Amino acid sequence: MNPMNVPASQRIAFVVMLAMIAVSPFVLYPVFLMKVLCFALFAAAFNLLIGFVGLLSFGHAAYFGMSSYVSAHAAKVWGFTPELAILAGTAVATLLGIAIGWIAIRRQGIYFAMITLALAQMVFFFCLQAPFTGGEDGIQAVPRGRLFGVLDLANDMALYWVVAAIFIAGFLFLYRVVHSPFGQVLKAIRENEPRAISLGYRVDDYKLIAFVISAAMTGVAGGTKAIVFQLATLTDVNWPMSGEAVLMTLVGGIGTIFGPPVGALVIIAMQNELAQLGAWVTVVQGVIFVACVLAFRKGIIGEIQAKFGKPL
Amino acid sequence: MADGFVLETQGLTKEFRGFIAVNDVSLRVRRGAIHALIGPNGAGKTTCFNLLTKFLEPTRGTITWQGRDITRAKPAEIARMGLVRSFQISAVFPHLTVLENVRVALQRARGNSYDFWRSDRVLAGFDVRARDLLADVNLTEYEGVPAGLLPYGRKRALEIATTLALDPAMLLLDEPTAGMTHEDVEHVVALIRRIREGRTILMVEHNLSVVSGLSDTITVLTRGQVLAEGDYAAVSANPEVRAAYLGAEEAA
Ligand SMILES: Nc1ncnc2c1ncn2[C@@H]1O[C@H](COP(=O)(O)OP(=O)(O)OP(=O)(O)O)[C@@H](O)[C@H]1O
Ligand SMILES: [Mg+2]
Repeated sequence: MNPMNVPASQRIAFVVMLAMIAVSPFVLYPVFLMKVLCFALFAAAFNLLIGFVGLLSFGHAAYFGMSSYVSAHAAKVWGFTPELAILAGTAVATLLGIAIGWIAIRRQGIYFAMITLALAQMVFFFCLQAPFTGGEDGIQAVPRGRLFGVLDLANDMALYWVVAAIFIAGFLFLYRVVHSPFGQVLKAIRENEPRAISLGYRVDDYKLIAFVISAAMTGVAGGTKAIVFQLATLTDVNWPMSGEAVLMTLVGGIGTIFGPPVGALVIIAMQNELAQLGAWVTVVQGVIFVACVLAFRKGIIGEIQAKFGKPL
Repeated sequence: MADGFVLETQGLTKEFRGFIAVNDVSLRVRRGAIHALIGPNGAGKTTCFNLLTKFLEPTRGTITWQGRDITRAKPAEIARMGLVRSFQISAVFPHLTVLENVRVALQRARGNSYDFWRSDRVLAGFDVRARDLLADVNLTEYEGVPAGLLPYGRKRALEIATTLALDPAMLLLDEPTAGMTHEDVEHVVALIRRIREGRTILMVEHNLSVVSGLSDTITVLTRGQVLAEGDYAAVSANPEVRAAYLGAEEAA
């Protein structure tokens, strides 16, 4: 990324984010932070679709959960090193993204959301039935293994830096996609699809590519999560997981660069703090969701961005 | 092609749930001509454009472009064949700057649009050509402005610049001067005169002085059907046309 082309506001925000990533493991629990980073990447990947193509997918749990299962299985049963396990999960999520995207991309608006949800539920039922996922138990005691067969990741701090590196790489990649010639066409499609078509753009192709990139990066997040928690369960692939991505992106700011990570941080922190409330967490989340929709439509970063008139 | 018609329709018809918006229209547009499509509100002009550019599927009839049947082609393919339309409701990309709007079109014509791994800095390579196009429509001073903030007439001008960026063989302009000041109208008329070289233009236009000044052929549409066709003198002398269209215009 050439710094000359990146607005000052985003450069500053990026440096702040890096500083936080560097400092926080010395103050907060690394496992908590790794969860935030996994979900931050998940939300950022989801945001590529909703924020830059205008497509609301309600089935991203499929890519997250499937990758989580495949990574866990690869690491545990096949003895893959963690990076290869995550890659395996990502590959499967990508293929799933191609299949589901190909079917869904031709629908508009609410039908798109519905079809992605329906297909993701089919993936859920597959995971419920398939023997390798371990049913209700999931895949447990996944070994974290050694990175490239060398670096032992049993230590939380060691794993933290790996997860941080994965997040930063994924984040920068998504930034590049948005700020590429391809990303420029995505913006044009979001702004005025008929006009983009009339200029000769095969808009479905662009949407599908964006969809697959989004699914793939969601897969990276899901696979990393499986390695971090040494666990893959039905929760990862069930529809509320899709809702998490929606909520985090909404809270942070749809269509902003830094909103999804901020949203992930806020939501995960809140879930942690409110854990003793049990089922009430869901209610509180619901209230936040409604508050965002009613009062802070732009989300945290979106509001800040609007206030200062600088892209973030 | 030998007969000099680039775009032809045969019995083109569009029904919306029983309502016939375009009824058995057979249109022939001569290569290099400026052909005007006129008619009262609701006559089916925009629907015709939508059919020709495949934004709507015809209920019946065929469309031929340069001797090739394009009745089943997809709208993006129509544009790639060199048949590019503008919209009645001005169509810009509102949050992109004026310069970026034109670049989006240049980018399509010249490739690299699928490159998601590259920096968008490569798009700066289109700036020179984009600025030329903006200068042609007097938008130079607006290049950094988000297109959505332009006054209406300037949006139309931007739309024309964006369309021209594709260097199309044929332009379909849906009311290019609607909502413009007198001065802007003159500017657009002059622009159309300049760009017509080597192109065919089909335009819907309500401003009759624009129509009379520019067009070689006029087709008058009422209630979805062709009422008359000919040059301005012939069409404006037609009593049916006067009754259906010019009369309505004078009364308005
Ligand atoms: N998608 C649609 N569904 C149903 N009816 C439609 C649709 N599009 C157009 N119509 C109807 O078809 C008729 C022709 O509309 P059209 O927009 O083509 O007229 P027009 O000649 O362009 O008029 P104007 O001068 O006002 O732009 C109108 O009665 C309109 O209501
Ligand atoms: Mg019209």
